[in-house]
Amino acid sequence: MTYLFQRLAQGILVLLGVTTIVFGLTFLSGDPAVTLAPLNTTREELELFRQRMGLDRPVPVQYADFIASAVQGDFGESFRYHEPAMGVVLERVPATLRLTVVAILFSLLVSVPLGVLAAVHHNGPIDAIARFLALLGQSVPSFLLGIVLILVFAVGLRWLPSSGGAGWQSLILPGITVGGFSAALLTRVLRSSLIEALGQEYVRTAYAKGLSRRAVVLRHALRNAALPFVTLLGLQVGFLLSGAIVAETIFSYPGMGRLAVEAIATKDIPVVQAFVTVAAAIVVLVNLGVDLAYRAIDPRIRLS
Amino acid sequence: MTRVRLPATAVAGIVILVAIVLFALLADAIAPRSPEAQRLVERLDPPAWAGGVHGYVLGTDHLGRDILSRVIYGSRVSLTVGLAGVALSGAVGVTLGLAAGYLGRRWDAVIMRIADVQQAIPSLVLAIAVVAVLRPSIVNLIVVLAVTAWVSFARVVRSEVLSLRESLFVEAARVVGARDLRIVARHILPNTAASIIVIASLMIANMILFEASLSFLGLGVPPPTPSWGRMVFEGLEYVSTAWWVPLFPGVAVMLTVLGTNLLGDWLRDALDPRQRGR
Repeated sequence: MTYLFQRLAQGILVLLGVTTIVFGLTFLSGDPAVTLAPLNTTREELELFRQRMGLDRPVPVQYADFIASAVQGDFGESFRYHEPAMGVVLERVPATLRLTVVAILFSLLVSVPLGVLAAVHHNGPIDAIARFLALLGQSVPSFLLGIVLILVFAVGLRWLPSSGGAGWQSLILPGITVGGFSAALLTRVLRSSLIEALGQEYVRTAYAKGLSRRAVVLRHALRNAALPFVTLLGLQVGFLLSGAIVAETIFSYPGMGRLAVEAIATKDIPVVQAFVTVAAAIVVLVNLGVDLAYRAIDPRIRLS
Repeated sequence: MTRVRLPATAVAGIVILVAIVLFALLADAIAPRSPEAQRLVERLDPPAWAGGVHGYVLGTDHLGRDILSRVIYGSRVSLTVGLAGVALSGAVGVTLGLAAGYLGRRWDAVIMRIADVQQAIPSLVLAIAVVAVLRPSIVNLIVVLAVTAWVSFARVVRSEVLSLRESLFVEAARVVGARDLRIVARHILPNTAASIIVIASLMIANMILFEASLSFLGLGVPPPTPSWGRMVFEGLEYVSTAWWVPLFPGVAVMLTVLGTNLLGDWLRDALDPRQRGR
């Protein structure tokens, strides 16, 4: 319980740091009024804007004000949608989360069987193929993967749509695009940790007991190899969110990544600020969840 | 003399990288045309071997520019940004890692808390935010890459320093009366070199992918400088009718990253025997 409390406090501190960065961003250009003002603002309008937004106050006051609002989820109004920026971003979160879940499912469906097969047939032909696929998967930029998928499954075979966000079909190609890199990385990690596990004493003991190879691999070795795998899966969330931005642009998918890219084009800074905060909050929450799951899986951590 | 035996994969990586470095250095001599020359009458011409009538090896884009020449010139942006990004993030990350590990206490706490905050923001998200307020340029791009990548260097260097700090040879140097700066520079830093090289080699691949992704989102080096990511972005509109426009620059990114990864894997195996064969 104290541990959970500690981790929660840590997460809140991190998010406070993130909002500080988000606040500091507006000063990067030298003048936050210039950064925040909509495009095509005249000099007179800029001064008015500065007063209206309170940007003429001392920086510490502005900072305190910003944090106080941010804690309540208030990042100001979107210039483009004339609605609260946080609401505009939150509206798009479910679509991006759906995409991320499909990506995780895809990367698990690929990496678990491939990683296990490669480890069991260590140094054999299957292992060589798995290693090659993993290396290729880590080298393909997600936009290239997306384009090849469009060419094959949308333009060539006409099986799946190449854009839009309607129906489960529109999730498949973007999901694979987002999950491709993680699938490759997870395959590599599962393979190497399983190879290590298979060389351990308890595996020899399990064989000596007369257990079948299947039982040894799945029940003993895989359980121990699962730990680094789960940790890495948690760390993938940031990658997946980054990948979602690219995939949403390729497939015109209505998620928060595409919203953010559009917000830059229209210089809708409050939306960008809310987007960064929401993305970081997702990362912090998922890592908290993985941390707790980790303790549930591994009794050694639970006891200590 | 011991002969160094390179595995075939490392050789393949080196061949790919040497070719791309030559492309970047000798672009003016190798590229058949100017990367910015437009011939609208010859726009969206397929590659010569795929039905093209104007004899372009990799076809032309929507403005009638030669894709092969643009891919060759595009290597410059990728390599410049990749190498400079790694150098800058490495310099910052190693310095902060040394400070956190060696000075400990408050330094360690502050630097590692900043690292925690940094890692909570996905790299592309942070890059988007920075580019949103700064205008995209090659310098800003390198700074953004360095800001998102220093943590990897800092964490590894810090953890190595923590154990090196307690080692006998550091203690010996301290007993002899060496100053902290000398101990860090002469005794600790050289012992972290292997890890730094391994991370740097893997980070270059990441940086190139990352630069390409940013350019793809329209947040990279501004046109007309040819960059692979931007070429893919511009070609995306024509993907269903003129596949060669977005495909070839994307393949160029893939080959560069593949070459770097092949070399990086070999370096990791060579420098860290515990990882061998995995």
